[in-house]
Amino acid sequence: MAKVAVVGAGMTKFVRRAQETGPELSWQAAKMALDSAGLTLKDVDAVVIGSAPDAFDGVHMKGEYLAEGAGAWRKPCIRGFVGGGTGVFSPIQGWYHVASGQFDTVLVVCEEKMSSCHPHPQGAFITIFDHITERPLGPNLLWIFALEMNRYMTVHGITKEEIALVAVKNKKNALDHPCSQLGAELTVQDILDSEVLAWPVNRLDVSPASDGAAAIVMCAEHVAKRVSDKPVWVEGVGWHLDTAYWTNRDLYYPRYVEYAARMAYEMAGIKEPRKEIHIVEPYDPFDYKELHHLEGLLLCDRGQAARLTADGVTQRDGDLPVCPSGGLLGVGNPIAAAGLMKVCELFWQLRGEAGKRQVPGTPRRGLAQAWGDLMQVGTVVILGR
Amino acid sequence: MTVKIKEWPGTALSSRDIEEGRVLTVRHKLRAEYEWDAGVAIGRYLRELKNGRLIARRCGGCERTLLPPRMFCEECFTPTSEWVYVGATGTVNTFSICYVRWDVVRLKEPLLPAVITVDGASPGMGILHLLGEVRPDDIRVGMRVQAVWKSPDEREGAITDIKYWKPIQGG
Ligand SMILES: [Zn+2]
Repeated sequence: MAKVAVVGAGMTKFVRRAQETGPELSWQAAKMALDSAGLTLKDVDAVVIGSAPDAFDGVHMKGEYLAEGAGAWRKPCIRGFVGGGTGVFSPIQGWYHVASGQFDTVLVVCEEKMSSCHPHPQGAFITIFDHITERPLGPNLLWIFALEMNRYMTVHGITKEEIALVAVKNKKNALDHPCSQLGAELTVQDILDSEVLAWPVNRLDVSPASDGAAAIVMCAEHVAKRVSDKPVWVEGVGWHLDTAYWTNRDLYYPRYVEYAARMAYEMAGIKEPRKEIHIVEPYDPFDYKELHHLEGLLLCDRGQAARLTADGVTQRDGDLPVCPSGGLLGVGNPIAAAGLMKVCELFWQLRGEAGKRQVPGTPRRGLAQAWGDLMQVGTVVILGR
Repeated sequence: MTVKIKEWPGTALSSRDIEEGRVLTVRHKLRAEYEWDAGVAIGRYLRELKNGRLIARRCGGCERTLLPPRMFCEECFTPTSEWVYVGATGTVNTFSICYVRWDVVRLKEPLLPAVITVDGASPGMGILHLLGEVRPDDIRVGMRVQAVWKSPDEREGAITDIKYWKPIQGG
């Protein structure tokens, strides 16, 4: 397989409600990514668009709707969709477009505008539950997280206090992100005192609904060497799907994340991920998910991620910085764009361009991961320089 | 290059921007109706719920008793072989105490969703349902529960023919 580089990245601010339309947000991110690589749309051979459910926008064929802003008209274009996993799946699609040798330069654009859906975007999630055996029970999206979080806490004996440390860390990290929606200096007590939505989930355990877009430019080695003096390379990719009979699985452990990670580690030749991954951007739509995913990524033993967090290992200046961007909890969660934001963060961190967020010690390799659907999709990208 | 960007794109709106008409919007109410065929496996599942019974399917290949029932085993990728009734008792695998509705409007009385692993199905084969006749603070993972059915004339062949699951006394 041909080597694939990331040579440019861009994103919009993440906000609760943006004045810009989906195509306008897409264009802003795409243009920034191209500019940063010193390329124009003429240099782009194919486009990958990532966006989560059409139901947020109330626009059918959202890929086609976003295509003008993503620079996709009159080009080969594909829209991938694996729920919340989309933002990290889209660069995987970009990778195989280039790795196959079919395309030299691919623009990957992810966008989400959740604010259009009223009275609340959570309503758009009801249809993920089985329409015959589950929906008559009146579920909402929080249920699956609350049920998973409780199972995770119960099996390992982890407390809400330990989990709240993740929200504190990520919201604090986000204060240094120029695009963040919810950067804040909070205490564990603030998280615990926020209103209970669906116990054990409180309001500040959850990332917000957001509007925003992110984009990257991916290209073949010969292009990367010509256009960039600091290309970042795709070293590994992995993706995996578990059963949609989610009540038939033990929710305490994300098997599908482990399988996706193992695929990516094998491709990258990584034998000891805990030593060979220097910076991690796991998917953190809820604070416990960061811990859950660190375990699935084999970056710590099962049930030990809370310990790492309490010991400060996952702080930006710790041994294994986790969500130095501020994550979804702090930067915001425009679903597909939030996943790609994590890949953008690795790009900037590995090039030493992350400004106030820069992780010390010139990290050489980073991992981004997203997760989605009925808690069953794992997507992983490993970048290195 | 992030360090070089001075002005990041994207314009945040406040609710006042909308209320005071500083930006224009268009509203539309989507009206769509669906009628879903329950299918072969779930069709029988619903018919048995109407009879006040829970039914599963057994796979001769992996010997799992599958709940909800399916006509093919997704792991063996072969047809499942027989219908088996399972108990209307089980164990709480996990639960939540939910104070908000789907539109995030707060509820006075919380909903008590749970994953319940049903006796007679293979280990870990749970279904999503609700708990009742229990104080939220008394719910525990591992608690033994039994189905509380609607009366026969109220049942319509739906998952809601079980009203909820309540603790088994002394369980
Ligand atoms: Zn089988």
